[in-house]
Amino acid sequence: MSGFHTHALYRHEHSVLHDLPSQVKIVALVLFVGAVVATPRETFWAFGVDGALLIGAMLLARIPLGFVARRLVFEIPFVLFAVLMPFIGTGERTPVLGVLLSVAGLWGAWTILVKGTLGLGASVLMAATTEVPDILEGLERLRLPKLITAIAGFMVRYIDVITGELRRMRVAMTARGYDPSWIGQAGPIATSAGSLFVRSYERGERVHRAMLSRGYTGAMPVFERATTSKRQWIVGMGVPAFAWLSTIVAWVIR
Amino acid sequence: MSTPALEVRELTYSYPDGRRALYGADFHIHPGERVALLGANGAGKTTLVLHLNGILRPSAGTVRVAGLEVNDDNLREIRRRVGLVFQDPDDQLFMPTVRRDVAFGPANFGVQGEDLDRRVREALDAVGMGDAIDRAPHHLSLGERRRVAVATVLAMEPEILVLDEPSSNLDPAGRRELARMLDTLDITTLLVTHDLSYARALCRRVMIMNRGTIVADGPTEEVLADHRLLTENRL
Repeated sequence: MSGFHTHALYRHEHSVLHDLPSQVKIVALVLFVGAVVATPRETFWAFGVDGALLIGAMLLARIPLGFVARRLVFEIPFVLFAVLMPFIGTGERTPVLGVLLSVAGLWGAWTILVKGTLGLGASVLMAATTEVPDILEGLERLRLPKLITAIAGFMVRYIDVITGELRRMRVAMTARGYDPSWIGQAGPIATSAGSLFVRSYERGERVHRAMLSRGYTGAMPVFERATTSKRQWIVGMGVPAFAWLSTIVAWVIR
Repeated sequence: MSTPALEVRELTYSYPDGRRALYGADFHIHPGERVALLGANGAGKTTLVLHLNGILRPSAGTVRVAGLEVNDDNLREIRRRVGLVFQDPDDQLFMPTVRRDVAFGPANFGVQGEDLDRRVREALDAVGMGDAIDRAPHHLSLGERRRVAVATVLAMEPEILVLDEPSSNLDPAGRRELARMLDTLDITTLLVTHDLSYARALCRRVMIMNRGTIVADGPTEEVLADHRLLTENRL
């Protein structure tokens, strides 16, 4: 697929991972995250295996680790909560560096941190190797209801158009002396949200007209389903298979 | 005389609030003609356009496309025959990729497989946008989106192409490129605009619309030379 002008999470490269059909990557992502979530929290080595698998996949996709690390910043609000847990947790306490911390809180924080980071890292890798329209097509091929994929498609298509309208409204407000101060902001923001809703509603009607004009009768047309080869499925399932293997072993020997 | 590609007779339309937008509009276009419909803002041009494929229904009068009357029974075939390109390409292009958008129309009419691929490719090549096939519409410039919008209806292989204000908001280079592209299309066309130079460059025949009716219809040179007529109709 084309590599120019894409979303910020995507990184144009040629690799095995980029070439895999998106439905394979979606299934692999869900399975991998499932394996991470199912891993018992005290088997540290199993998380090490998952992390190594993820880093291996990144290297395979030629995605620099820094690229993924920067996008993991998204996790910070959740991490902050995790950091608080050992302090506010109740029950048995244990000294860590001279501070008494809740044992349950420490386990909770560790679980959130490691499972969140692995899951988010895998999602970032998926987004870095798959363009948004491909993800939508992949979901369609996985037999997600067409109504859902159509709604998601419209969202992807129109988010830029609607934020563009919002930006122009704000410029017009600023040009007439609107000063975005903390308290004074509320009124005009509420008003602009209202008119943005009306504008978007009207656009929806115009889009519907354009759809009717091209023969839309209430159901999105069915496009070809490109077939996925067995080899592609086997390649794609490599990482989740090893992740599940380590999870199962972890449960058996813990 | 051959069957007109488009025949509009005594077309009258009032909006639900009682405001009358069309008042006995009457004209026809023959196959192969490229005709401009000129009119000031509010003259009723867009309302007329929405009648051509049955999105609005006349209060009185008829619309026929290649002999077929616009009514409930024929709606599907009418929409295949009339390729309507709306003014704002952001309304026209609603799919995540250009390929899907151009395929939307023909796929709705049952075209599939290689046939569909061929139509998509040919339509995009006809507007000079073959390279954009896998791009997202919102990443294209306005001029490019206009051209893709034209491709989305060309792919339906319509009898008549109807363009609503195709040159609006384009920079001069974009307008010239679009005009050059439209000039290469071998299809009956109704060009709805208030851009006189566009009408002059592309059409041998122009019609002027005012207050919901056709007030002038003739060779472009004659009509556009009549300055009083133009001024009276806010052109």
